Amino acid sequence: MKDNIILTAQNISKQYRLGVVGTGTLSHDLNRWWASVRGKDDPYLKVGAENDRSKKAETDYVWALRDINFDVHDGDVLGIIGKNGAGKSTLLKILSRVTSPTTGSIKTKGRIASLLEVGTGFHPELTGRENIYLNGAILGMTKAEIKVKEEEIIDFSGCAMYIDTPVKRYSSGMRVRLAFAVAAHLEPDILVVDEVLAVGDAEFQKKAIGKMKDISGNDGRTVLFVSHNMAAVKSLCTRGIVLENGKIAFEGGTDECVDYYLKMGNEKGAEYQRFFKESEFEGKDFRIYSIGVKAKGKKFGDPILRDDHLEIMVNYYKSNNYDFNISLRFKDEQGNFLFVVSPDFIITDTDIKNIIVLNVPNYFFNQGSFFVDLQITSKKKLINRFEDIINFTVIQEHVKLGGWMGKTVGPLKPRFSWEQYES
Amino acid sequence: MDKTDTSSQDSDWLYEIKAEKPLFDFNFKEIWRYRDLLILFVKRDIVTVYKQTVLGPLWFLIQPLFTSVIFTLVFNNVANIQTGTVPSFLFNLAGITAWTYFKECLTGTSGTFTKNAGIFGKVYFPRVIMPMSVTISNLLKLAIQLSIFTGFYIYFVASGKPISPNTNLFLFPVYVFIMGATGLGLGMILSAMTTKYRDFTVLIGFGVQLLMYISAVPFPMTEILEKKPEYFWVFKYNPLAQIIEGFRYMTLDTGLFTWWGFFYALGFSIVVFFVGLAIFNRTEKSFIDTV
Repeated sequence: MKDNIILTAQNISKQYRLGVVGTGTLSHDLNRWWASVRGKDDPYLKVGAENDRSKKAETDYVWALRDINFDVHDGDVLGIIGKNGAGKSTLLKILSRVTSPTTGSIKTKGRIASLLEVGTGFHPELTGRENIYLNGAILGMTKAEIKVKEEEIIDFSGCAMYIDTPVKRYSSGMRVRLAFAVAAHLEPDILVVDEVLAVGDAEFQKKAIGKMKDISGNDGRTVLFVSHNMAAVKSLCTRGIVLENGKIAFEGGTDECVDYYLKMGNEKGAEYQRFFKESEFEGKDFRIYSIGVKAKGKKFGDPILRDDHLEIMVNYYKSNNYDFNISLRFKDEQGNFLFVVSPDFIITDTDIKNIIVLNVPNYFFNQGSFFVDLQITSKKKLINRFEDIINFTVIQEHVKLGGWMGKTVGPLKPRFSWEQYES
Repeated sequence: MDKTDTSSQDSDWLYEIKAEKPLFDFNFKEIWRYRDLLILFVKRDIVTVYKQTVLGPLWFLIQPLFTSVIFTLVFNNVANIQTGTVPSFLFNLAGITAWTYFKECLTGTSGTFTKNAGIFGKVYFPRVIMPMSVTISNLLKLAIQLSIFTGFYIYFVASGKPISPNTNLFLFPVYVFIMGATGLGLGMILSAMTTKYRDFTVLIGFGVQLLMYISAVPFPMTEILEKKPEYFWVFKYNPLAQIIEGFRYMTLDTGLFTWWGFFYALGFSIVVFFVGLAIFNRTEKSFIDTV
């Protein structure tokens, strides 16, 4: 069953025009038309910048996707991951036939249905029940198919009480539940899912993930799953594709893909290790060589999970009789101070290179990014402060299927022990 | 769900998503598979109009009635346009009923892409379902409005007015087809244009209004022939004027009817329909990038 290709994408590219539609577009349209009359190629297909938001555009055209090739086998759960703007949504739009590629083709043996932002086509004036039929039909079900599943859908949505009330009176949460319930009861050969886990409360997420697992696991259906939630990707997907700047950067097993994705982010974003120049400490009685953060038992730059113990290491040198101490200031993504720590022992006099390690227990930080300032004090006076000297990202540990996969509030999420007594 | 043929060899793909598309890609099989959606869209269009209203579907009747009353007042009583032996009110009601169907088809379909960008941007279904549903739901509205027309017709006959339909009445379904096809075709052309250039939405707004006057809706074509014969060609070559005049001719036995005008309008509607379909097809594959 596994070697059966159900969908194949060949040289998919998608070009977008930058800027606004105006008289300029009209002249380009005319140029294009003139080229086609003379039997020539589209003159604007030759130009086009790589999809990289950080650079300033040099032409009016950009390739959102460029030469994407991949195969999907029957029963695969393919995770498509990538940063914002890497081309994930464009790829999904092409796959779900919302837009067509500029070049290339996709061949498929099954019907594709997508859960791109559920709840499209809900009419506010119609009741929940009427909308189940309308939405189901939009998603490609026939009336008979919906009728069979009607009760199941209403049950799953948990909106039974309001089912004959117009949808405009629903809360946004109820709307999403109902929409997902309809979509989850689709039975296409290939299901495209985009970030559905971002909606709903904990209980509903659990249901949704469970349903996704049913679809992919028990029914053996093929699923293309797009998400930023690495925990969800890891637990649901069997294979993965990493998109970067409109191209496939990596293809392989889920774990390798997630690791690749996280490291990819590190190269630009997180700075796990920092080496100091000698000149920064010239004429001083001490010197910091480097500071770094890593998960215990792993290398610098490896992803840090919530269940990893954290080590922050400072390599330093100080001359004899010089009295100094360091402190580390932790900040969250928004720059709010979380806490300050410094060694509770006196840094001993040695004349050789030394290392000092801060151990942070596992399950301490919540998932997110953290910034660290390094301060050097001597005789209770601040000598030096290096702001945001390192930063690191903590990601969610592997969560069992059906578990809560969202992010809880707050930068810290320690595990404390609880006890219960009879009073 | 049929998963029967997924196990066979590499060549039998269900469908292919490509950059190019044939000019007429009218997949009847696919549209048939989505027939329930078509029905639900029609139902939605009809039902949601009168949700949370007191008069409900009566509004479908009030619209043409009031317009006819005003037209009679302005054009026949004030401007003194003669409608022969036919009561002016019935004359106007006939014109307005026919015109409304065309107009609703045109304006309803012309917004297909821009109004439904939200749905179209997320889910695939044969796009042509949308304009088709508009035409069908307008057909139902036409039926309702024709019933009121028939009601007044009977009333005027009963009160001794010398009106009767003529043998052309057997062309009735053809006229409905011409009106629908012209409205749908023009609407599809405009809907494709508006995705990129919004100028057309403005144009439709007042264009339809003006079109009504040069389509001889509030007055008979003979009126033009008598008073301004040098402008008669505008009406002669306007297929819509031919339709409206023909519609009144068959129901009220009044006005100018030529077979030339009939076939001209029929030919025009067929050409416009297929041109519209081709343009619509070309647009639907990537309009979401420009809309």
